[in-house]
Amino acid sequence: MDIYSILFWFLSAMAVGSALGVILSRNPVNSVMFLILTFFAISGHYILMNAQFLAVVNIIVYAGAIMVLFLFVIMLMNLNADVEPQKGMMIQLAGVISGGILFLVILMGITTAKSETIDPASTDIGLISNLGKVLFTKYVLPFEISSVLFLSAMIGAVVIGKKENVPASDKTEIV
Amino acid sequence: MLLLNIDAAFVIEKVILISVILMGSLGVAMYATWAERKVAAVMQDRLGPNRAGPFGLLQPLADGLKLFFKEEIIPDRSTQFIFILGPCLAMLTATMTSAVMPWGPDFTLAGRTISLQVADINIGILFVFGVVSLGVYGVMLGGWASNNKFSLLSSIRAASQAISYELAMGISLIALLMMTGSLSLRDIVGQQHGFWHDGYFTWNFFKQPVGFIIFLTCSFAELNRAPFDLPECESELNMGYHQEYSSMKLGFYLFAEYINMFVSSAIISTLFFGGYNFPFMDQVQAAVPSGVFSLICVGALMTKIVAMILFFMFVRWTLPRFRYDQLMKLGWRSLIPLALVNMLVTGGVILFTLKK
Repeated sequence: MDIYSILFWFLSAMAVGSALGVILSRNPVNSVMFLILTFFAISGHYILMNAQFLAVVNIIVYAGAIMVLFLFVIMLMNLNADVEPQKGMMIQLAGVISGGILFLVILMGITTAKSETIDPASTDIGLISNLGKVLFTKYVLPFEISSVLFLSAMIGAVVIGKKENVPASDKTEIV
Repeated sequence: MLLLNIDAAFVIEKVILISVILMGSLGVAMYATWAERKVAAVMQDRLGPNRAGPFGLLQPLADGLKLFFKEEIIPDRSTQFIFILGPCLAMLTATMTSAVMPWGPDFTLAGRTISLQVADINIGILFVFGVVSLGVYGVMLGGWASNNKFSLLSSIRAASQAISYELAMGISLIALLMMTGSLSLRDIVGQQHGFWHDGYFTWNFFKQPVGFIIFLTCSFAELNRAPFDLPECESELNMGYHQEYSSMKLGFYLFAEYINMFVSSAIISTLFFGGYNFPFMDQVQAAVPSGVFSLICVGALMTKIVAMILFFMFVRWTLPRFRYDQLMKLGWRSLIPLALVNMLVTGGVILFTLKK
C-alpha cells in the first residue's frame, strides 16, 4: 500500500462518513459542518488527481461562500432540533421513495459507465493554465451558456428581492 | 515502502522553516498587541504600558500569563463542542496562510539549495484566498454556539460583511493576476525584482494603484478591524462574538486578529510592494554571500510588514466606525463596481499593448 492509496482510502472514508453525518445529525448547524468536511475530503481527492485548481476553487466557492450563506440562513432563522416540526408519515414515505429511485438511477449509471482510470502523475488537466485553455477553446460555448444561466439566476434573485412598487405618497410610511 | 522514501534532509529543512515561520508570526503578533497600545497611547497623548519591563516590553507576556491563569467558563446553555471549536478555527485559519508566502530568495547551504518558502504551489494566491474565506467560520460558529443574542447578531454581521467584501477583493485580485499571468506567489514576487526596470517601477503598487486601494479596504473588512469592526463593536453589541468567552479562548480570538494582521500585511507587501525585493538589490547581491543576502531580503520584507501593521494601527485610532448600512453600501455600490471597472481597464490595456 503506497501513500496514494492510504490517502485515497482515508479521504474516501472521511467523505462518506461526513456525508452520512450531514443527513443523520439532528442539528442543522452540525449538518452544515459535516457538509464542509465532505467538501474538504472531495478537495483532497482533487489534489490526489493533481487538480490543485479545482481543489482550491471547490473550497473557496463551496466551503468559503455557499456554506457560509447556509450557516447564515440557519442562524438567522434560528433552526434548532427541538423546534423543528416533525414531518408527517406520507411526506416521509414520499421522500424515501423518490430518494430511493434517484439512488437506483445513480447506481445504474455508475455500474454501466466505463470510467477511465487516471494516473495522477501523468495528467495535468486540473492545473489552471490547461483548464483555462480547454474551457476557452474546446468548451467555450457550454462555458458561456452556463454563465448566462448564472446571470439569469442573479437577475431572478434581484427581481424577487426587490421591493414592490409603492406610490410615492405611501413610501414615507413604510420607511 | 514508498512512505519512507522521502529525503530526510528535506523534511528537517521544512520542519525548521515551518517552526521558524510559526514562532515568528506568533512573536510579531505578540508584539503587535504591545505596539497597538503604544500607538494608541501616543496618538491620545498618554504613556501606554510602561510597568512590565523597560518600555513595558514584557507586557504581552504578562497578558498571556493572565489569560492562561484565568478561570475558564463555558456557558451552561451553549453548544459545547462548537463553542470550543470556534477559537480553534480562528487560530488555525490565521496561521495557515503563511505556508505559501515566499519569505526570501533561495540560498545555498552546504551544497543544498534552501528555499525560504514552505510550499511553492502553482495556485498560491488562491490558497490564501481560500483560507481567508474560511476565516469567518471561527467567528460565526463561536458567536452562534455562545447562545447569546448579541453574539448571534455579531456572527451574522461578520458573515455578511466577509462575503460582501470577498467579492470586491477577488475582483481586484483578478486585475492584478491578469497582469502577472501567474497565481504563484513566487512568480509574482520574481516579476517585481528590484525597484526600477525598463523606465518604470516594477512593484505592482505602481501598476495597480486602484486595485491596491480596493484590496486594502477589503482586507480591513476581512480582518474585522476598525473602521470595519462591526462584529465586535462594543457600543452596539457589548463585545460581540466573544462576549461569552473567557480565559485563553478569549485570548485566542483576540490573538488571531493580530496574527491575521501580520499575515495580511505580508500578503499586501508581497502582492503590491515587491515582497522581499528592494532597490539596488542586484548590487547588494554581488557584494555579499548568498546566505547574508537572503537575510537582508527577509529584513526588507519584515520592514514592509511592520510598516503595513503600523498603518493598520494608525487607521484604527484615527477613523470612526462605519454604520452598518454604510458598510454594505460601500461594499456593494462603490467597491465592486470600481473593481469591475478596474478589471475592464486593465484587460483593455493588456489587450492593446499586446497587439501593437
